[in-house]
Amino acid sequence: MAPDMLLALLWKALVQTVHMVAVAGLIGTLVGLPIGVFLANSGRGELFAAPMVNRIVGLIVNATRSTPFIILVVAIIPFTRLVAGTSIGTSAAIVPLTLATIPFVARLIEAAIREVDRGLIEAARAMGASRWQIVTKVLIAEARPGITLALTLTLVSLIGYSAMVGAVGGGGLGDLGIRYGYQRFMPEVMAAVVVVLILLVQAVQSAGDALARRFDKRNRQT
Amino acid sequence: MHTVSNPPAPGRAVLPSGAEMAPPVAASPMVSFRGVTKRFADRGGKGEFIALAGVDLEVPKGAITGIIGRSGAGKSTLIRLVNGLENPTSGSVLVDGVDVGGLDETKLRGLRRQVGMIFQHFNLLSSRTVYGNIALPLEIAGLSRAAIKARVAPLIDLVGLSDKAGRYPAELSGGQKQRVGIARALATEPKLLLSDEATSALDPETTQSILDLLKTINRDLGLTVLLITHEMEVVKSIASEVAVIDKGLIVESGRTFDVFTRPRHETTRALLSGLPGTKLPDAITRRLKADGGTGDRIYTRLTFFGATAEQPLIARLMSELGAEVNIITGTIDEIAGEPYGSLVVSYSADPAVLSRAEAFYAQTGLSTEVLGYGA
Repeated sequence: MAPDMLLALLWKALVQTVHMVAVAGLIGTLVGLPIGVFLANSGRGELFAAPMVNRIVGLIVNATRSTPFIILVVAIIPFTRLVAGTSIGTSAAIVPLTLATIPFVARLIEAAIREVDRGLIEAARAMGASRWQIVTKVLIAEARPGITLALTLTLVSLIGYSAMVGAVGGGGLGDLGIRYGYQRFMPEVMAAVVVVLILLVQAVQSAGDALARRFDKRNRQT
Repeated sequence: MHTVSNPPAPGRAVLPSGAEMAPPVAASPMVSFRGVTKRFADRGGKGEFIALAGVDLEVPKGAITGIIGRSGAGKSTLIRLVNGLENPTSGSVLVDGVDVGGLDETKLRGLRRQVGMIFQHFNLLSSRTVYGNIALPLEIAGLSRAAIKARVAPLIDLVGLSDKAGRYPAELSGGQKQRVGIARALATEPKLLLSDEATSALDPETTQSILDLLKTINRDLGLTVLLITHEMEVVKSIASEVAVIDKGLIVESGRTFDVFTRPRHETTRALLSGLPGTKLPDAITRRLKADGGTGDRIYTRLTFFGATAEQPLIARLMSELGAEVNIITGTIDEIAGEPYGSLVVSYSADPAVLSRAEAFYAQTGLSTEVLGYGA
Protein backbone atom coordinates (compact mmCIF):
# COMPACT_ATOMS: atom_id res chain seq x y z
CA MET A 1 0.00 0.00 0.00
CA ALA A 2 1.24 3.44 -0.84
CA PRO A 3 2.53 5.30 2.23
CA ASP A 4 0.25 8.28 1.78
CA MET A 5 -2.76 6.02 1.45
CA LEU A 6 -1.74 4.13 4.60
CA LEU A 7 -1.29 7.40 6.45
CA ALA A 8 -4.73 8.58 5.38
CA LEU A 9 -6.29 5.31 6.54
CA LEU A 10 -4.41 5.43 9.83
CA TRP A 11 -5.39 9.03 10.46
CA LYS A 12 -9.06 8.37 9.80
CA ALA A 13 -8.99 5.30 12.06
CA LEU A 14 -7.14 7.18 14.80
CA VAL A 15 -9.73 9.96 14.76
CA GLN A 16 -12.52 7.38 15.00
CA THR A 17 -10.84 5.61 17.89
CA VAL A 18 -10.18 8.83 19.78
CA HIS A 19 -13.75 9.91 19.12
CA MET A 20 -15.24 6.68 20.46
CA VAL A 21 -12.90 6.46 23.45
CA ALA A 22 -13.37 10.11 24.38
CA VAL A 23 -17.16 10.12 24.24
CA ALA A 24 -17.58 6.71 25.88
CA GLY A 25 -14.95 7.58 28.48
CA LEU A 26 -16.57 10.89 29.31
CA ILE A 27 -20.15 9.64 29.58
CA GLY A 28 -19.02 6.43 31.26
CA THR A 29 -17.14 8.44 33.90
CA LEU A 30 -20.00 10.88 34.45
CA VAL A 31 -22.35 7.99 35.16
CA GLY A 32 -19.85 5.55 36.69
CA LEU A 33 -18.29 7.96 39.17
CA PRO A 34 -21.44 8.57 41.22
CA ILE A 35 -22.22 4.86 41.12
CA GLY A 36 -18.69 4.13 42.37
CA VAL A 37 -19.03 6.70 45.17
CA PHE A 38 -22.37 5.17 46.11
CA LEU A 39 -20.99 1.63 46.12
CA ALA A 40 -18.11 2.70 48.36
CA ASN A 41 -20.36 4.37 50.92
CA SER A 42 -23.66 2.52 51.02
CA GLY A 43 -22.75 -0.48 53.14
CA ARG A 44 -24.21 -0.98 56.59
CA GLY A 45 -23.46 1.98 58.86
CA GLU A 46 -21.82 4.00 56.12
CA LEU A 47 -22.48 7.50 54.83
CA PHE A 48 -25.29 6.58 52.42
CA ALA A 49 -26.23 3.38 54.21
CA ALA A 50 -28.55 1.37 51.93
CA PRO A 51 -27.31 -2.20 52.09
CA MET A 52 -30.10 -3.59 49.92
CA VAL A 53 -29.64 -1.07 47.11
CA ASN A 54 -25.91 -1.53 47.42
CA ARG A 55 -26.30 -5.25 46.84
CA ILE A 56 -28.62 -4.79 43.86
CA VAL A 57 -26.39 -2.19 42.19
CA GLY A 58 -23.40 -4.42 42.86
CA LEU A 59 -25.19 -7.32 41.21
CA ILE A 60 -26.02 -5.30 38.08
CA VAL A 61 -22.44 -4.04 37.89
CA ASN A 62 -21.10 -7.58 38.15
CA ALA A 63 -23.53 -8.88 35.55
CA THR A 64 -22.55 -6.20 33.04
CA ARG A 65 -18.88 -6.75 33.69
CA SER A 66 -19.04 -10.49 33.25
CA THR A 67 -20.76 -10.25 29.84
CA PRO A 68 -18.06 -10.55 27.15
CA PHE A 69 -17.89 -7.22 25.34
CA ILE A 70 -18.46 -8.57 21.86
CA ILE A 71 -21.67 -10.26 23.10
CA LEU A 72 -22.78 -7.05 24.79
CA VAL A 73 -22.30 -5.19 21.49
CA VAL A 74 -24.59 -7.57 19.65
CA ALA A 75 -27.07 -8.13 22.47
CA ILE A 76 -27.97 -4.49 22.91
CA ILE A 77 -28.41 -3.64 19.24
CA PRO A 78 -32.10 -2.72 19.75
CA PHE A 79 -31.14 -0.40 22.57
CA THR A 80 -28.33 1.08 20.48
CA ARG A 81 -30.78 1.77 17.65
CA LEU A 82 -33.08 3.49 20.12
CA VAL A 83 -30.33 5.75 21.46
CA ALA A 84 -28.19 6.43 18.39
CA GLY A 85 -30.88 6.07 15.73
CA THR A 86 -28.79 3.45 13.96
CA SER A 87 -27.04 0.25 14.88
CA ILE A 88 -23.98 0.65 12.68
CA GLY A 89 -21.17 3.18 12.53
CA THR A 90 -18.97 5.03 14.96
CA SER A 91 -21.81 6.77 16.80
CA ALA A 92 -23.64 3.48 17.25
CA ALA A 93 -20.46 1.85 18.57
CA ILE A 94 -20.22 4.46 21.30
CA VAL A 95 -23.39 3.08 22.96
CA PRO A 96 -22.06 -0.37 23.93
CA LEU A 97 -18.65 1.13 24.72
CA THR A 98 -20.27 3.54 27.17
CA LEU A 99 -22.40 0.82 28.67
CA ALA A 100 -19.34 -1.33 29.29
CA THR A 101 -17.40 1.60 30.72
CA ILE A 102 -19.93 2.52 33.41
CA PRO A 103 -19.56 -0.58 35.63
CA PHE A 104 -15.83 -0.69 34.95
CA VAL A 105 -15.39 2.89 36.17
CA ALA A 106 -17.78 2.31 39.06
CA ARG A 107 -15.75 -0.59 40.49
CA LEU A 108 -12.44 1.21 40.07
CA ILE A 109 -13.75 4.41 41.67
CA GLU A 110 -15.25 2.36 44.48
CA ALA A 111 -11.83 0.88 45.18
CA ALA A 112 -10.15 4.30 45.04
CA ILE A 113 -12.70 5.84 47.43
CA ARG A 114 -12.39 2.92 49.84
CA GLU A 115 -8.70 3.71 50.10
CA VAL A 116 -9.55 6.99 51.85
CA ASP A 117 -9.07 6.77 55.61
CA ARG A 118 -12.46 6.43 57.35
CA GLY A 119 -11.14 8.78 60.05
CA LEU A 120 -11.36 11.62 57.53
CA ILE A 121 -15.09 11.04 57.12
CA GLU A 122 -15.50 11.15 60.86
CA ALA A 123 -13.46 14.36 61.07
CA ALA A 124 -15.55 15.96 58.33
CA ARG A 125 -18.79 14.91 60.03
CA ALA A 126 -17.48 16.38 63.28
CA MET A 127 -16.91 19.68 61.42
CA GLY A 128 -20.55 19.78 60.43
CA ALA A 129 -20.07 18.77 56.80
CA SER A 130 -23.08 17.62 54.81
CA ARG A 131 -22.86 14.31 52.99
CA TRP A 132 -22.43 16.14 49.70
CA GLN A 133 -19.55 18.15 51.17
CA ILE A 134 -17.95 14.99 52.52
CA VAL A 135 -18.10 13.44 49.05
CA THR A 136 -16.73 16.44 47.18
CA LYS A 137 -14.35 18.01 49.67
CA VAL A 138 -13.03 14.90 51.36
CA LEU A 139 -13.62 11.63 49.52
CA ILE A 140 -13.09 12.72 45.93
CA ALA A 141 -10.39 15.23 46.86
CA GLU A 142 -8.44 12.64 48.82
CA ALA A 143 -8.97 9.86 46.29
CA ARG A 144 -7.88 12.04 43.37
CA PRO A 145 -4.60 10.20 42.70
CA GLY A 146 -6.43 6.85 42.77
CA ILE A 147 -9.29 8.17 40.64
CA THR A 148 -6.84 9.54 38.09
CA LEU A 149 -5.15 6.15 37.80
CA ALA A 150 -8.54 4.46 37.59
CA LEU A 151 -9.61 6.69 34.70
CA THR A 152 -6.29 6.15 32.96
CA LEU A 153 -6.84 2.41 33.17
CA THR A 154 -10.37 2.94 31.87
CA LEU A 155 -9.13 4.83 28.80
CA VAL A 156 -6.52 2.19 28.05
CA SER A 157 -9.12 -0.57 28.34
CA LEU A 158 -11.51 1.43 26.16
CA ILE A 159 -8.87 1.64 23.44
CA GLY A 160 -8.71 -2.14 23.56
CA TYR A 161 -12.51 -2.57 23.54
CA SER A 162 -12.85 -0.15 20.65
CA ALA A 163 -11.00 -2.64 18.43
CA MET A 164 -14.00 -4.94 18.71
CA VAL A 165 -16.67 -2.54 17.52
CA GLY A 166 -15.59 -3.10 13.94
CA ALA A 167 -18.19 -5.84 14.19
CA VAL A 168 -20.89 -3.18 14.00
CA GLY A 169 -19.03 -0.92 11.60
CA GLY A 170 -17.61 1.26 14.32
CA GLY A 171 -14.32 1.75 12.54
CA GLY A 172 -11.22 2.75 14.42
CA LEU A 173 -7.68 1.42 14.61
CA GLY A 174 -8.55 -2.12 15.67
CA ASP A 175 -11.02 -2.46 12.81
CA LEU A 176 -8.39 -1.20 10.38
CA GLY A 177 -5.93 -3.79 11.59
CA ILE A 178 -8.45 -6.63 11.29
CA ARG A 179 -9.81 -5.72 7.85
CA TYR A 180 -6.61 -4.67 6.09
CA GLY A 181 -3.91 -6.36 8.08
CA TYR A 182 -5.60 -9.71 8.73
CA GLN A 183 -8.36 -10.24 6.16
CA ARG A 184 -6.43 -8.67 3.24
CA PHE A 185 -3.00 -10.00 4.29
CA MET A 186 -1.33 -6.61 4.61
CA PRO A 187 1.15 -7.09 7.44
CA GLU A 188 2.50 -3.54 7.06
CA VAL A 189 -0.95 -2.14 7.90
CA MET A 190 -1.21 -4.46 10.89
CA ALA A 191 2.25 -3.38 12.07
CA ALA A 192 1.43 0.29 11.62
CA VAL A 193 -1.83 -0.11 13.56
CA VAL A 194 -0.05 -1.86 16.41
CA VAL A 195 2.64 0.84 16.56
CA VAL A 196 0.04 3.63 16.66
CA LEU A 197 -1.93 1.77 19.37
CA ILE A 198 1.21 1.29 21.46
CA LEU A 199 2.05 5.00 21.15
CA LEU A 200 -1.51 5.98 22.00
CA VAL A 201 -1.71 3.76 25.09
CA GLN A 202 1.76 4.86 26.17
CA ALA A 203 0.78 8.52 25.89
CA VAL A 204 -2.44 8.04 27.85
CA GLN A 205 -0.69 6.04 30.58
CA SER A 206 2.19 8.50 30.96
CA ALA A 207 -0.15 11.47 31.14
CA GLY A 208 -2.29 9.68 33.72
CA ASP A 209 0.69 8.69 35.84
CA ALA A 210 2.11 12.20 35.77
CA LEU A 211 -1.22 13.69 36.76
CA ALA A 212 -1.69 11.19 39.58
CA ARG A 213 1.79 11.94 40.88
CA ARG A 214 1.01 15.63 40.87
CA PHE A 215 -2.17 15.03 42.88
CA ASP A 216 -0.51 12.71 45.36
CA LYS A 217 0.82 14.59 48.39
CA ARG A 218 1.08 11.56 50.63
CA ASN A 219 4.72 10.68 50.23
CA ARG A 220 6.34 14.05 50.20
CA GLN A 221 9.60 14.30 52.02
CA THR A 222 11.03 17.48 53.46
CA MET B 1 -6.10 23.04 111.59
CA HIS B 2 -5.75 20.66 108.73
CA THR B 3 -8.81 19.69 106.88
CA VAL B 4 -7.19 17.46 104.33
CA SER B 5 -8.47 14.19 105.72
CA ASN B 6 -12.11 15.29 105.56
CA PRO B 7 -14.08 13.46 102.94
CA PRO B 8 -13.67 15.31 99.66
CA ALA B 9 -16.33 17.83 98.79
CA PRO B 10 -18.75 16.32 96.27
CA GLY B 11 -17.00 16.69 92.98
CA ARG B 12 -18.44 19.36 90.78
CA ALA B 13 -18.45 16.93 87.93
CA VAL B 14 -20.72 14.44 89.62
CA LEU B 15 -24.42 14.13 89.28
CA PRO B 16 -25.87 11.39 91.44
CA SER B 17 -27.36 8.66 89.34
CA GLY B 18 -30.98 9.29 88.50
CA ALA B 19 -31.12 12.61 90.31
CA GLU B 20 -33.44 15.35 89.17
CA MET B 21 -31.60 18.27 87.66
CA ALA B 22 -31.54 20.88 90.38
CA PRO B 23 -31.41 24.42 89.04
CA PRO B 24 -27.72 25.08 88.63
CA VAL B 25 -26.25 27.13 91.40
CA ALA B 26 -23.21 28.27 89.50
CA ALA B 27 -22.84 28.11 85.72
CA SER B 28 -24.84 25.44 83.93
CA PRO B 29 -22.73 22.54 82.68
CA MET B 30 -21.33 22.52 79.14
CA VAL B 31 -22.19 18.85 78.66
CA SER B 32 -24.61 16.66 80.62
CA PHE B 33 -24.89 12.93 80.17
CA ARG B 34 -28.16 11.68 81.63
CA GLY B 35 -28.68 7.98 82.04
CA VAL B 36 -26.87 7.34 78.79
CA THR B 37 -26.63 3.80 77.50
CA LYS B 38 -25.23 2.57 74.21
CA ARG B 39 -25.48 -0.92 72.82
CA PHE B 40 -23.99 -2.14 69.57
CA ALA B 41 -25.29 -5.13 67.68
CA ASP B 42 -22.66 -7.78 67.20
CA ARG B 43 -21.35 -8.32 63.70
CA GLY B 44 -23.21 -11.60 63.41
CA GLY B 45 -26.48 -9.90 64.34
CA LYS B 46 -26.89 -12.09 67.42
CA GLY B 47 -26.24 -10.63 70.83
CA GLU B 48 -25.06 -7.14 71.58
CA PHE B 49 -22.13 -5.34 73.03
CA ILE B 50 -22.84 -2.87 75.81
CA ALA B 51 -20.50 0.09 75.43
CA LEU B 52 -22.19 2.37 77.96
CA ALA B 53 -24.30 1.00 80.79
CA GLY B 54 -25.91 4.15 82.18
CA VAL B 55 -23.70 7.20 82.39
CA ASP B 56 -24.55 10.31 84.41
CA LEU B 57 -21.93 13.00 84.22
CA GLU B 58 -21.66 16.75 84.00
CA VAL B 59 -18.82 18.55 82.31
CA PRO B 60 -18.38 22.05 83.78
CA LYS B 61 -17.95 25.10 81.58
CA GLY B 62 -14.54 26.61 81.15
CA ALA B 63 -12.64 23.69 82.66
CA ILE B 64 -10.56 20.87 81.25
CA THR B 65 -12.29 17.61 82.09
CA GLY B 66 -10.62 14.29 81.54
CA ILE B 67 -12.39 10.98 81.10
CA ILE B 68 -9.98 8.18 81.73
CA GLY B 69 -10.35 4.46 81.29
CA ARG B 70 -8.73 1.43 79.77
CA SER B 71 -9.29 0.65 76.13
CA GLY B 72 -12.73 -0.83 75.65
CA ALA B 73 -14.12 0.98 78.70
CA GLY B 74 -16.50 2.99 76.53
CA LYS B 75 -14.79 6.37 76.51
CA SER B 76 -14.56 6.67 72.70
CA THR B 77 -18.28 6.00 72.45
CA LEU B 78 -18.99 8.51 75.19
CA ILE B 79 -17.15 11.38 73.52
CA ARG B 80 -18.78 10.62 70.14
CA LEU B 81 -22.21 11.12 71.67
CA VAL B 82 -21.39 14.76 72.41
CA ASN B 83 -21.28 15.83 68.75
CA GLY B 84 -23.75 13.25 67.56
CA LEU B 85 -21.27 11.01 65.73
CA GLU B 86 -23.04 8.27 67.68
CA ASN B 87 -26.54 8.28 69.14
CA PRO B 88 -27.34 6.92 72.58
CA THR B 89 -29.53 3.82 72.82
CA SER B 90 -31.30 5.48 75.74
CA GLY B 91 -30.81 8.55 77.89
CA SER B 92 -29.82 11.95 76.61
CA VAL B 93 -26.78 14.12 76.04
CA LEU B 94 -27.11 17.88 76.47
CA VAL B 95 -24.59 20.32 75.07
CA ASP B 96 -24.99 23.74 76.63
CA GLY B 97 -28.58 22.82 77.44
CA VAL B 98 -29.44 21.48 73.97
CA ASP B 99 -30.42 17.83 73.61
CA VAL B 100 -28.19 16.46 70.85
CA GLY B 101 -30.57 13.59 70.11
CA GLY B 102 -33.45 15.97 69.42
CA LEU B 103 -31.69 17.87 66.62
CA ASP B 104 -32.48 17.39 62.96
CA GLU B 105 -29.66 17.01 60.42
CA THR B 106 -29.29 20.76 59.79
CA LYS B 107 -29.32 21.76 63.45
CA LEU B 108 -26.91 18.94 64.28
CA ARG B 109 -24.46 20.30 61.70
CA GLY B 110 -24.85 23.72 63.32
CA LEU B 111 -24.05 22.23 66.72
CA ARG B 112 -21.00 20.46 65.34
CA ARG B 113 -19.61 23.80 64.22
CA GLN B 114 -19.70 24.89 67.85
CA VAL B 115 -17.89 21.75 68.98
CA GLY B 116 -14.35 21.20 67.73
CA MET B 117 -12.75 17.77 67.77
CA ILE B 118 -9.19 16.47 67.60
CA PHE B 119 -8.19 12.87 67.00
CA GLN B 120 -5.53 10.36 67.93
CA HIS B 121 -4.48 9.90 64.31
CA PHE B 122 -5.01 13.58 63.46
CA ASN B 123 -7.30 12.85 60.48
CA LEU B 124 -5.81 15.55 58.29
CA LEU B 125 -6.48 15.60 54.55
CA SER B 126 -3.28 14.52 52.84
CA SER B 127 -4.28 16.43 49.71
CA ARG B 128 -4.48 19.77 51.50
CA THR B 129 -1.75 21.97 52.92
CA VAL B 130 -1.65 23.11 56.53
CA TYR B 131 -3.57 26.21 55.45
CA GLY B 132 -6.06 24.17 53.44
CA ASN B 133 -6.73 21.79 56.30
CA ILE B 134 -7.43 24.59 58.75
CA ALA B 135 -9.62 26.30 56.14
CA LEU B 136 -11.74 23.18 55.54
CA PRO B 137 -14.28 23.63 58.37
CA LEU B 138 -14.71 27.25 57.29
CA GLU B 139 -15.30 26.25 53.67
CA ILE B 140 -17.84 23.76 54.96
CA ALA B 141 -19.51 26.54 56.95
CA GLY B 142 -19.70 28.56 53.73
CA LEU B 143 -17.40 31.46 54.61
CA SER B 144 -15.97 33.65 51.87
CA ARG B 145 -12.38 33.23 50.76
CA ALA B 146 -11.40 36.52 52.42
CA ALA B 147 -13.14 35.66 55.68
CA ILE B 148 -11.41 32.29 55.72
CA LYS B 149 -8.02 33.88 55.21
CA ALA B 150 -8.63 36.33 58.05
CA ARG B 151 -9.54 33.45 60.37
CA VAL B 152 -6.84 30.95 59.40
CA ALA B 153 -3.77 33.17 59.56
CA PRO B 154 -3.97 33.93 63.32
CA LEU B 155 -4.72 30.26 64.05
CA ILE B 156 -1.57 29.15 62.27
CA ASP B 157 0.34 31.61 64.45
CA LEU B 158 -1.44 30.44 67.59
CA VAL B 159 -0.30 26.85 67.12
CA GLY B 160 3.20 27.92 66.14
CA LEU B 161 3.24 26.79 62.51
CA SER B 162 3.68 30.15 60.77
CA ASP B 163 6.49 28.83 58.59
CA LYS B 164 4.59 25.68 57.58
CA ALA B 165 1.37 27.09 56.10
CA GLY B 166 2.13 25.76 52.63
CA ARG B 167 3.33 22.33 53.72
CA TYR B 168 1.43 19.06 53.32
CA PRO B 169 0.75 16.76 56.30
CA ALA B 170 3.24 14.18 54.99
CA GLU B 171 5.95 16.77 55.52
CA LEU B 172 5.09 17.34 59.19
CA SER B 173 5.99 15.54 62.42
CA GLY B 174 3.30 13.99 64.61
CA GLY B 175 3.27 16.94 66.99
CA GLN B 176 2.99 19.40 64.11
CA LYS B 177 0.12 17.40 62.63
CA GLN B 178 -1.75 17.55 65.93
CA ARG B 179 -1.15 21.31 66.03
CA VAL B 180 -2.83 21.53 62.65
CA GLY B 181 -5.64 19.38 64.04
CA ILE B 182 -6.05 21.76 66.97
CA ALA B 183 -6.03 24.84 64.74
CA ARG B 184 -8.61 23.18 62.48
CA ALA B 185 -10.80 22.35 65.48
CA LEU B 186 -10.63 25.97 66.63
CA ALA B 187 -11.38 27.46 63.21
CA THR B 188 -15.13 27.72 63.70
CA GLU B 189 -14.60 29.33 67.12
CA PRO B 190 -16.23 26.50 69.06
CA LYS B 191 -17.26 26.70 72.71
CA LEU B 192 -16.24 23.11 73.38
CA LEU B 193 -13.23 21.12 72.27
CA LEU B 194 -13.36 17.32 72.25
CA SER B 195 -10.06 15.51 72.36
CA ASP B 196 -10.06 11.84 71.42
CA GLU B 197 -6.77 10.40 72.69
CA ALA B 198 -5.06 13.36 71.04
CA THR B 199 -1.62 12.62 72.46
CA SER B 200 -1.67 8.83 72.44
CA ALA B 201 0.27 8.59 69.19
CA LEU B 202 2.92 11.08 70.30
CA ASP B 203 6.18 10.72 72.20
CA PRO B 204 6.29 12.03 75.81
CA GLU B 205 8.02 15.30 74.97
CA THR B 206 5.64 16.13 72.12
CA THR B 207 2.72 15.07 74.32
CA GLN B 208 3.74 17.68 76.87
CA SER B 209 3.94 20.43 74.27
CA ILE B 210 0.49 19.56 72.92
CA LEU B 211 -0.92 19.48 76.46
CA ASP B 212 0.64 22.87 77.15
CA LEU B 213 -1.02 24.19 74.00
CA LEU B 214 -4.40 22.83 75.12
CA LYS B 215 -3.92 24.40 78.53
CA THR B 216 -3.08 27.75 76.94
CA ILE B 217 -6.14 27.58 74.71
CA ASN B 218 -8.35 26.69 77.66
CA ARG B 219 -6.98 29.61 79.66
CA ASP B 220 -6.77 32.27 76.97
CA LEU B 221 -9.89 31.49 74.97
CA GLY B 222 -11.95 30.21 77.89
CA LEU B 223 -12.68 27.13 75.84
CA THR B 224 -14.17 24.12 77.62
CA VAL B 225 -12.14 20.99 76.92
CA LEU B 226 -13.39 17.43 77.25
CA LEU B 227 -10.70 14.86 76.67
CA ILE B 228 -10.59 11.11 76.79
CA THR B 229 -7.40 9.24 77.39
CA HIS B 230 -5.96 6.07 78.86
CA GLU B 231 -2.93 7.94 80.17
CA MET B 232 -3.04 9.13 83.78
CA GLU B 233 -0.20 11.53 83.03
CA VAL B 234 -2.41 13.46 80.61
CA VAL B 235 -5.21 13.91 83.14
CA LYS B 236 -2.78 14.68 85.94
CA SER B 237 -1.05 17.29 83.88
CA ILE B 238 -3.97 19.38 82.56
CA ALA B 239 -7.40 18.21 83.67
CA SER B 240 -8.90 19.96 86.68
CA GLU B 241 -11.85 17.54 86.67
CA VAL B 242 -11.75 13.84 86.04
CA ALA B 243 -14.16 10.98 85.56
CA VAL B 244 -12.99 7.37 85.63
CA ILE B 245 -14.88 5.04 83.32
CA ASP B 246 -14.86 1.28 83.53
CA LYS B 247 -17.06 -1.26 81.72
CA GLY B 248 -19.38 1.46 80.48
CA LEU B 249 -19.92 3.11 83.86
CA ILE B 250 -18.47 6.17 85.53
CA VAL B 251 -16.99 4.67 88.69
CA GLU B 252 -15.56 7.82 90.18
CA SER B 253 -15.49 11.51 89.36
CA GLY B 254 -14.66 14.86 90.85
CA ARG B 255 -11.76 17.28 91.09
CA THR B 256 -8.68 15.59 89.71
CA PHE B 257 -6.72 16.41 92.83
CA ASP B 258 -9.30 14.78 95.09
CA VAL B 259 -9.76 11.72 92.95
CA PHE B 260 -6.06 11.14 92.46
CA THR B 261 -5.00 11.73 96.03
CA ARG B 262 -7.84 9.67 97.51
CA PRO B 263 -8.79 7.14 94.86
CA ARG B 264 -11.77 5.15 96.08
CA HIS B 265 -12.39 2.77 93.22
CA GLU B 266 -10.35 -0.22 92.24
CA THR B 267 -10.01 0.96 88.62
CA THR B 268 -8.74 4.37 89.66
CA ARG B 269 -6.14 2.76 91.88
CA ALA B 270 -5.09 0.42 89.11
CA LEU B 271 -4.75 3.29 86.65
CA LEU B 272 -2.85 5.37 89.21
CA SER B 273 -0.40 2.60 89.98
CA GLY B 274 1.10 3.26 86.59
CA LEU B 275 2.37 6.64 87.75
CA PRO B 276 6.02 6.70 88.80
CA GLY B 277 6.57 6.91 92.57
CA THR B 278 3.20 5.41 93.39
CA LYS B 279 4.04 1.82 92.59
CA LEU B 280 5.51 -0.45 95.25
CA PRO B 281 8.55 -2.48 94.28
CA ASP B 282 7.41 -5.91 93.07
CA ALA B 283 9.51 -7.70 95.65
CA ILE B 284 7.47 -6.06 98.40
CA THR B 285 4.07 -6.40 96.69
CA ARG B 286 4.63 -10.15 96.46
CA ARG B 287 5.29 -10.40 100.20
CA LEU B 288 2.22 -8.42 101.27
CA LYS B 289 -0.71 -10.16 102.98
CA ALA B 290 -4.14 -8.78 103.74
CA ASP B 291 -3.87 -9.57 107.45
CA GLY B 292 -0.96 -9.39 109.82
CA GLY B 293 0.05 -11.20 112.96
CA THR B 294 2.48 -10.21 115.69
CA GLY B 295 5.94 -9.60 114.44
CA ASP B 296 4.67 -8.43 111.04
CA ARG B 297 5.14 -4.96 109.67
CA ILE B 298 2.30 -2.82 108.36
CA TYR B 299 2.75 -1.06 105.01
CA THR B 300 0.91 2.26 104.86
CA ARG B 301 0.64 4.93 102.21
CA LEU B 302 0.67 8.46 103.58
CA THR B 303 -0.65 11.17 101.33
CA PHE B 304 0.03 14.78 102.14
CA PHE B 305 -0.65 18.07 100.46
CA GLY B 306 -0.47 21.79 101.04
CA ALA B 307 0.36 22.66 104.63
CA THR B 308 1.05 19.10 105.79
CA ALA B 309 3.81 18.81 103.25
CA GLU B 310 5.78 21.49 105.05
CA GLN B 311 5.94 19.78 108.45
CA PRO B 312 8.69 17.38 109.61
CA LEU B 313 6.15 14.57 109.61
CA ILE B 314 8.46 11.61 109.35
CA ALA B 315 10.57 12.74 112.29
CA ARG B 316 7.42 13.27 114.35
CA LEU B 317 5.96 9.94 113.26
CA MET B 318 9.05 8.10 114.46
CA SER B 319 9.10 9.75 117.84
CA GLU B 320 5.33 9.35 118.31
CA LEU B 321 5.39 5.66 117.45
CA GLY B 322 8.44 4.87 119.45
CA ALA B 323 9.30 2.45 116.66
CA GLU B 324 11.52 2.50 113.65
CA VAL B 325 9.88 3.66 110.38
CA ASN B 326 11.09 2.43 107.03
CA ILE B 327 10.50 4.50 103.88
CA ILE B 328 9.69 2.22 100.96
CA THR B 329 8.92 4.60 98.13
CA GLY B 330 7.75 8.15 97.69
CA THR B 331 7.04 10.94 95.29
CA ILE B 332 6.49 14.66 95.36
CA ASP B 333 4.49 15.87 92.40
CA GLU B 334 1.84 18.21 91.10
CA ILE B 335 -1.70 17.23 90.19
CA ALA B 336 -3.64 19.73 88.13
CA GLY B 337 -1.26 22.37 89.41
CA GLU B 338 -1.50 21.48 93.12
CA PRO B 339 1.51 20.08 94.99
CA TYR B 340 1.09 16.62 96.36
CA GLY B 341 3.24 14.00 98.03
CA SER B 342 2.86 10.29 98.55
CA LEU B 343 5.01 8.17 100.83
CA VAL B 344 4.84 4.45 101.54
CA VAL B 345 6.25 3.53 104.95
CA SER B 346 6.41 0.37 107.01
CA TYR B 347 6.56 -0.06 110.77
CA SER B 348 5.77 -2.68 113.38
CA ALA B 349 2.22 -4.01 113.35
CA ASP B 350 2.29 -4.30 117.12
CA PRO B 351 -1.14 -3.22 118.46
CA ALA B 352 0.37 -0.57 120.74
CA VAL B 353 2.26 0.99 117.84
CA LEU B 354 -0.83 0.87 115.63
CA SER B 355 -2.99 2.70 118.15
CA ARG B 356 -0.34 5.39 118.57
CA ALA B 357 -0.18 5.74 114.79
CA GLU B 358 -3.98 6.13 114.57
CA ALA B 359 -3.85 8.88 117.14
CA PHE B 360 -1.07 10.65 115.30
CA TYR B 361 -2.89 10.50 111.96
CA ALA B 362 -6.10 11.78 113.54
CA GLN B 363 -4.22 14.62 115.16
CA THR B 364 -2.33 15.72 112.04
CA GLY B 365 -5.05 15.01 109.52
CA LEU B 366 -2.81 12.86 107.33
CA SER B 367 -4.62 10.78 104.75
CA THR B 368 -3.58 7.14 104.98
CA GLU B 369 -4.18 3.88 103.24
CA VAL B 370 -3.12 0.49 104.54
CA LEU B 371 -1.57 -1.50 101.72
CA GLY B 372 -0.97 -4.74 103.61
CA TYR B 373 1.17 -6.62 106.07
CA GLY B 374 4.44 -8.38 105.67
CA ALA B 375 7.68 -9.34 107.27
